[in-house]
Amino acid sequence: MSDYQVVQSKSPVFYNRYERKSELQHQTHYCSGCGHGIAHKLVAEALSDMGLQDRTIFVSPVGCSVFAYYYFDVGNVQAAHGRTPAVATALKRARPESIVIAYQGDGDLAAIGTAEILHAANRGEKFTVFFVNNAIYGMTGGQMAPTTLVGQTSTTTPWGRRPSNEGFPLHMAELIATLEAPVYVERVALCDNKNIMRARKAVRKAIELQRDGVGFSFVEILSPCPTIWKMTPNEARQWVADKMVPVFPVSVFRDRKPPAIENGGPRQISVIELLGLGEFSPAVEEPVAPRSGRRNLTIKIAGFGGQGVLLLGQVLAEIGLREGLEVSWLPSYGPEMRSGSAHCHVCLSTEPVGSPLVEHPDVLMAMNEISLRKFAPQVVSGGVVIYNRDALPADFAVRQVRVSCVPASELADQLGAAKAANMVMLGALIELTHVLPREQALAVLETTLHDGALLEIDRRAIDAGIDFVRKAAVPAA
Amino acid sequence: MRQLCKGNVAVIKGAVLAGCRAFYGYPITPASEIAEAAAQFLPQVGSTFLQAESEVAAINMAYGAASAGLRVMTASSGPGLSLMQEGISYLAGAELPCVIVDVVRGGPGLGDIAPEQSDYFAMVKGGGHGNYRNFVVAPASVQEMADLTMLAFELADRYRNPAIVLTDGFIGQMMEPLELHPHILHAPEKPWAVRGSRETRGNLITSIQLEPDVLEAHVRKLEAKYKQAAEVEARHELYRADDAEVLLVGYGITSRVLRAAVDLARKRGVRAGLFRPITLWPFPSQALAQAALYSQMVFVVEMSTGQMVEDVKLALDGSVDVEFFGRVGGNVPLAEEICDQLMTRMAMNVDWGV
Ligand SMILES: Cc1ncc(C[n+]2csc(CCOP(=O)(O)OP(=O)(O)O)c2C)c(N)n1
Repeated sequence: MSDYQVVQSKSPVFYNRYERKSELQHQTHYCSGCGHGIAHKLVAEALSDMGLQDRTIFVSPVGCSVFAYYYFDVGNVQAAHGRTPAVATALKRARPESIVIAYQGDGDLAAIGTAEILHAANRGEKFTVFFVNNAIYGMTGGQMAPTTLVGQTSTTTPWGRRPSNEGFPLHMAELIATLEAPVYVERVALCDNKNIMRARKAVRKAIELQRDGVGFSFVEILSPCPTIWKMTPNEARQWVADKMVPVFPVSVFRDRKPPAIENGGPRQISVIELLGLGEFSPAVEEPVAPRSGRRNLTIKIAGFGGQGVLLLGQVLAEIGLREGLEVSWLPSYGPEMRSGSAHCHVCLSTEPVGSPLVEHPDVLMAMNEISLRKFAPQVVSGGVVIYNRDALPADFAVRQVRVSCVPASELADQLGAAKAANMVMLGALIELTHVLPREQALAVLETTLHDGALLEIDRRAIDAGIDFVRKAAVPAA
Repeated sequence: MRQLCKGNVAVIKGAVLAGCRAFYGYPITPASEIAEAAAQFLPQVGSTFLQAESEVAAINMAYGAASAGLRVMTASSGPGLSLMQEGISYLAGAELPCVIVDVVRGGPGLGDIAPEQSDYFAMVKGGGHGNYRNFVVAPASVQEMADLTMLAFELADRYRNPAIVLTDGFIGQMMEPLELHPHILHAPEKPWAVRGSRETRGNLITSIQLEPDVLEAHVRKLEAKYKQAAEVEARHELYRADDAEVLLVGYGITSRVLRAAVDLARKRGVRAGLFRPITLWPFPSQALAQAALYSQMVFVVEMSTGQMVEDVKLALDGSVDVEFFGRVGGNVPLAEEICDQLMTRMAMNVDWGV
């Protein structure tokens, strides 16, 4: 008869039986002496002691702890290799009241998932990371980890890790502690009872900081892997103390309040208001009857970037839309735009627009000579070319097309607004085709430009274009 | 009210109406406006926008948000979609709904940023590892960029599976009228989600099943789901196909050009019609076979070297001659070019007697 009693208790955060496990449902799949078992226990106890079981979402990684959900009676999500911090980021943002635990091995966190952990830490995501560093890949059978010690053998470093070939062990806690946002970073070791008690405190603190909404907390846990290290559990613990701790010092690397963060988000509105549906929508302009019966028009606008080519196209499409027409606007985009030239296609039609690509435009608005030479031959016979100069180049001719030379840039310059050359072209188009009414053009500009002075300039530019075409002699055939 | 809107922006307007609560993305031309519109719109209605550190992170963030039961989406273009494939496979394996937009650009590799339709195999045939399918919808207009994004959210939730909006640089970049109705969709109840609550404590999101029999049962369950979806979710559109002796087949921007090509061909005396798949998975095979019943030739046009054409051939099963024409690199087949190709092939085909 002994004078003491052994009390074995189990955190209620662990299931009583591991029913998700197919066999031996009373014991874990971890090897005896494995650090995962201790780390699990510390986490489970902390969660139950703090009454957080219902609120917890545990994200298991790929690695030996992929099946943490066999044991933890909490909400469980299993993530792709290395992506636990990304998954945890979105879980926590989706459910800010939940307690999100990201649990990762060293291959998972410090090799394939380096980007995800650094960025989640750097954003100060308000979840907790437990990083189990066993200096090896356990699940896949003992390959080198980024934390494998110099000289340590593994199946992929048969002669020991050589810095000349594999580099040096990565110090994740130190690395994370260089960032602004994390509030708590500590490294602990599961090598003896004293250190395990220290780990217990760190685990609790990290979870508390999340519970209190303080910020990103990170605990690196140096952890024995007797099976892969080919040691007894006791030898493995000793190896953590003797070999790992000197390389990965046990220490608190960060423990502070989060940096003050500005929190200027936008004003909250309803979806209906956001999309301009319902009562908030602006008044619809009435169509203005055109002076000609013609309503269908395909237009190509081309010139240098900066000449307002794409914008002019959008304005034309908007005018057409308000005239009750079907419209499309298709831009050239990308490097072509950046290297200096831009063009767009505009279709105006009483029928739904078939192809938005204009192969043979009714109208070409050429803002420069390159565009004229490139696109004028595509214009349909009987179509119109509006060219931004007072005359065609001497060596250039197009047949069966009406050419109108409108020195739009010059006219705009005279108005003191070089940028408005595209509006002069718009005026010319209005007068030449009679498809789009001037009044509608002004109405569109009025709702898109909120600057009265600019609007006045554009109005004068449009009228300059109209006047020029009216006064011009009958264009050359 | 009809508003002039860019295709990429329409995606987000549709998403907002579909009750999308989170967007995780990474910039890439020609899809960046989707992320930009999401950054602009979502935070104003209390939803999350985050620019991830990579597409790998973005798709896994989407996995996290979907696990928590939110309607979530991401968007990218070819290279980004290649990086997302592992995550998409995980989404399908874990039966998580998620909407993914691929604004296709020229490939392979860095390719260029001009439109192509060369991601058909990668999106429609899976692309990631394992036995799974993606729903794939293919908008052909700005209006459909919104409408089919909304449909993608519905399909994703109905079947607990990723749904892809497969579009291209042209549809993404162009502007057309967009009409939206003040009818906001809501995600269905998701009792399976992990919300960090007492009711959902027993829930588990995972794709790992180490027991062969258990995994087989899971894969069979997915297979049954896909079979059921294939029966009821295929969508298509016809244009002047009633009396067509030649049926043109194309999706997305190509289908728009094909409309013009159909009109042109008819002007030249050829009774052409158009079959446009709206869903690429499930592929509207039966409808296509039906539409091609009296055609003497089916002419498939893609901005690829021939990807969808394989599904067309499978659907028609040798019953009719299938010809293909494609342009790549950002070049778009034009209506005249298509028409010329069509006439040449008709002339070459001895059975025609023309
Ligand atoms: C994309 C991908 N690459 C590789 C693997 C294979 N894999 C599974 S676990 C693992 C390493 C796990 O090591 P670690 O994170 O240290 O965890 P431990 O098993 O030691 O606990 C690897 C490489 C995978 N599942 N997915």
